Amino acid sequence: MNIPADLKYTESHEWVRLEADGTVTIGITEYAQDALGDIVFVELPKVGKSVTAGDDAAVVESVKAASDIYAPVSGIVVAVNDAVAAAPESVNADAYSAWLFKLKPSDPAAIDGLLDAAAYGKNTAD
Amino acid sequence: MTLKATPLNSAHRAAGAKMVDFGGWDMPVNYGSQIEEHHAVRRDAGMFDVSHMCVVDIEGVHARAFLRALLANNIDKLQVAGKALYSCMLNLSGCVIDDLIVYFFSEERFRLVVNAGTAEKDLVWINAQNAATGSGVTVTQRRDGIGAMALIAVQGPNARAKVWQVLAGAQAACEALKPFNAVVVPGTVFGDVMVARTGYTGEDGVELAFPAQQAEALWSALLGAGVKPAGLGARDTLRLEAGMNLYGQDMDDSVNPLDAGLAWTIDLVSERDFLGKAALVAMGQRYQFLGLILADKGGVLRAHQKVIGASGASGEITSGTFSPTMQKAIALARLPMDVAVGDTVTVEIRDKRLAATVVKLPFVRNGKILVA
Repeated sequence: MNIPADLKYTESHEWVRLEADGTVTIGITEYAQDALGDIVFVELPKVGKSVTAGDDAAVVESVKAASDIYAPVSGIVVAVNDAVAAAPESVNADAYSAWLFKLKPSDPAAIDGLLDAAAYGKNTAD
Repeated sequence: MTLKATPLNSAHRAAGAKMVDFGGWDMPVNYGSQIEEHHAVRRDAGMFDVSHMCVVDIEGVHARAFLRALLANNIDKLQVAGKALYSCMLNLSGCVIDDLIVYFFSEERFRLVVNAGTAEKDLVWINAQNAATGSGVTVTQRRDGIGAMALIAVQGPNARAKVWQVLAGAQAACEALKPFNAVVVPGTVFGDVMVARTGYTGEDGVELAFPAQQAEALWSALLGAGVKPAGLGARDTLRLEAGMNLYGQDMDDSVNPLDAGLAWTIDLVSERDFLGKAALVAMGQRYQFLGLILADKGGVLRAHQKVIGASGASGEITSGTFSPTMQKAIALARLPMDVAVGDTVTVEIRDKRLAATVVKLPFVRNGKILVA
């Protein structure tokens, strides 16, 4: 299972990328999309919404289950990926390019507390 | 607890199946994409391992009389050898013990096919009724032990043609089979194979019952003919589009069949008494069972979501999914009697109230979408 080394991760199978402008981009991992099966619906937060780390921020639904996607850090939603909302199956096709939403973190250092690729890999190994 | 395995367990793993615990059975939920498997069945040919279901043979001079009392549908509709009937078996409260298909082979030989998760319960009931009525029939399950049968459902517009390619010599006998009829083709290279023109997908096709030792060989032969393996995920989206009930979800032994859209399978016209009739007639129908199509975007319709009609009376979704053929969320729902086909109702999904349209079932048949 692919776990890019340049990303951070959460235990709930989100990937997080710190961008040059200080925002973070969030999606779900390849492990998550495989577990869910064919994804048929994605519900994204409203731009401008304020979230706290651990809040439900988005929902990804497969035929099998609805899966809550959590904000990995606190902040404000600055962008959502409308293309993925229109084509939910793109998350299955390439989980690491089908980003869901971007946050401006309230604490830039908060991302350091997330899992690195090795730690996430141990998490999903079974 | 070890999961039970069908004779095709290794074949599923070899085909790349994602295996899950399905009611205590180790079964394939998909082989990569349940949506692709669904489309393969609607457009071409797919096959399902249904060997976890249970064939039960009822034999003896009183077989017909026994089934006349046991089943809610009228066994006397079966007068031609090979003809099949879909029926419920009711408990004394008039609720559904199981739904099944019964095949008539001769006056002294009938065959039932019952659901996997209910087989044990069904056999206890059937044996108890056999004793209570003194019918003296022989009840033989053919899922475990000597004489065990494997079951493969081959479904889709090209299913039957691919089965003839594989079952040499069977084409003549089977091509003539009308829907809801079966024939046993003796002495094929896979043993005696029962070919039934039945299915759970809304497409044409057949269900094959044959000696379990031949399971891998027949599965491989069908693969060679281009039939695609299809798992339980696709099985559920197909049957839901086809408006077909799933026992344990759309009805169970606390549900009256009239409330589950099964009035057409209950013979209340003839004088015939059958187990559960009195209680059923006393209860009558309290709910409609209809289809829903989600009109607003907002998620997938799922079991137990509340449905509210214009008058404020509420019902409940019993089965929901996202329809690959229609590209919409669809559901089967138990609804109040005052809701009409064509109405817009409200479904509670998470914190939202979304609009859905009430439709008559089925949504899809023979590859065609029948509903708006």
